[in-house]
Amino acid sequence: MQVVLLIDFGSTFTKLTAVDLEERRILAAAQSFTTVESDVMQGFNHALEKLHEQLGNMQFIKRLACSSAAGGLRMVASGLVPSLTAKAAKLAAFGAGAKVIKTFSYELTEEDIAAIDDIAPDIFLLTGGTDGGNFKVIQHNAELISTAKKPFPVVIAGNRSAAKKCEEIISSDIHPTYITENVMPELNRLNIAPAQAVIREIFLDRIVSAKGLSHEKALIEGIIMPTPASVLAALSLLSKGTEKTKGIGEIMCVDLGGATTDVYSIAKGYPLNSSVMLSGLREPFEKRSVEGDIGMRYSAKGIVDAAGMEEIVNISGLSSEEAESYLCEISHDKSRLPSDDSTKAMDFALAALAVRTALIRHAGELERIYTPSGAVYKQQGKDLTGIDKIILTGGALVHSDNPQAILDTAISNIDESNLVPRNPKAILDSGYILSAMGLLSTYDEESAINIMKQYIGGHVDGAN
Amino acid sequence: MEKKTIVIGVIGADVHAVGNQILYYAFSEAGFNVVNLGVMVSQEEYIEAAIESNAEAIVVSSLYGHGELDCQGLREKCDEAGLEGILLYVGGNIVVGKQPFEDVEKRFKAMGFDRVFGPGTAPETTIDALKEDLLGIKK
Repeated sequence: MQVVLLIDFGSTFTKLTAVDLEERRILAAAQSFTTVESDVMQGFNHALEKLHEQLGNMQFIKRLACSSAAGGLRMVASGLVPSLTAKAAKLAAFGAGAKVIKTFSYELTEEDIAAIDDIAPDIFLLTGGTDGGNFKVIQHNAELISTAKKPFPVVIAGNRSAAKKCEEIISSDIHPTYITENVMPELNRLNIAPAQAVIREIFLDRIVSAKGLSHEKALIEGIIMPTPASVLAALSLLSKGTEKTKGIGEIMCVDLGGATTDVYSIAKGYPLNSSVMLSGLREPFEKRSVEGDIGMRYSAKGIVDAAGMEEIVNISGLSSEEAESYLCEISHDKSRLPSDDSTKAMDFALAALAVRTALIRHAGELERIYTPSGAVYKQQGKDLTGIDKIILTGGALVHSDNPQAILDTAISNIDESNLVPRNPKAILDSGYILSAMGLLSTYDEESAINIMKQYIGGHVDGAN
Repeated sequence: MEKKTIVIGVIGADVHAVGNQILYYAFSEAGFNVVNLGVMVSQEEYIEAAIESNAEAIVVSSLYGHGELDCQGLREKCDEAGLEGILLYVGGNIVVGKQPFEDVEKRFKAMGFDRVFGPGTAPETTIDALKEDLLGIKK
């Protein structure tokens, strides 16, 4: 037997998955609380014991780990125009699996630097200007960043002509710099892979050990990427396939958590109709977005703010007083689980509206413009209307009695201008195997895709 | 010579793409670094493109007769966005019906455009104007 151990140091749980490469199946999985306060090794060992209880004393030929513990990979980014380089910087950081705490546009101020010092990011991503374009703003921002008191590495991925100068300004013991290609070398052309490669390198070289997760070196050296990057790698593999195994085509994934909601799309998103013009920044084929204000418990209020109390009442069938009182309850007790019909109805409404809000924000938008020769359409972002499979993960979706109904409710009552999937089938990742399979894909792609096709949903098999 | 960057595009709900491609080709051949926004370009898109690319001129085309409405306020928005003094050109069938060009030119200049070109202007005319205004080369 050739067994690989896959480890996900999550913010709450440390999850272990043991996979047999010869038979391409999951042998066992176990989890335990993540123990950042002492040493993550504790929680890991506890989960490992549980795994050994199921498997006997098994030897692993390889250990691979991802981590979102201790706040994950916390980044701050800056660009020039909000809809252009600042957005490109954000897309780059999200795609690298980071948690983007804040994105700045135009010229930074001293107050901004104070805010950045408060955040104390793991990495700062400095962008701005196309190649040969604006260099004043990125240089000004470099000057200000050099005055920050907290130590953090700075990735310089802006106007090529200004890169060297920015490095000279910033580079110091507390702010090591890394120059890479511009995230937007020409107007509206996104080029985020080089910046992401550098972010990943810094994550490996500096961040993991700097987090002080563990004293055990081998455990730390096994951490090869942030958890969301691993999920993105798994989805990309499942969508595209390998030389031997066919992928399942364009897909999306929604991970609804307690505090945030992640949405992934592995899709081109081009206009489906020749009368539609594509405008603005071209978004990446593999896109990840994160809604920091949308989540089932810590961010339940954010769902209400975004979707409106009226919709909560409509979907749950409760009165607004009942809804308010439940919201008040969960704001005091984050571990509150639905116990009766009305609390279940409330969680159903919250989940559906969280998914709706996150999908709308992730997907592109279509604007109808009337011209003397009839209506024409302008598309910003990705057209995801044709996506027919959405993988759902996260407690509230996985443990729901009817996840398809949550998804159907989420996509009902959405304006036509929002280019979200129109008729998607819900596929469940109830075993939370995506992050483990992303890790495995770096070692054995064939096993990773075959295991995903067996274990995720069941509907996926039909797509062979 | 350092290449000068200019932003071009067809403003508003106008979808005339052919002339836009011809201008892109002609301006590039003439030695400019051209950021082409294509058709159906909003005022904000011209401005954002000019900021990121550090452009020194915005050349607005309009062929469908609604140019006057589409162009109003562009100069003010440029000023607001920090693009004070950027060169603004406009050309094409920029107004409805047959109006004396002198009147049209006057109205667009009052809106803040530096140069206004009427229907049927050859690309060379605009190229000469750009060379004069950006490089100080007078033909």
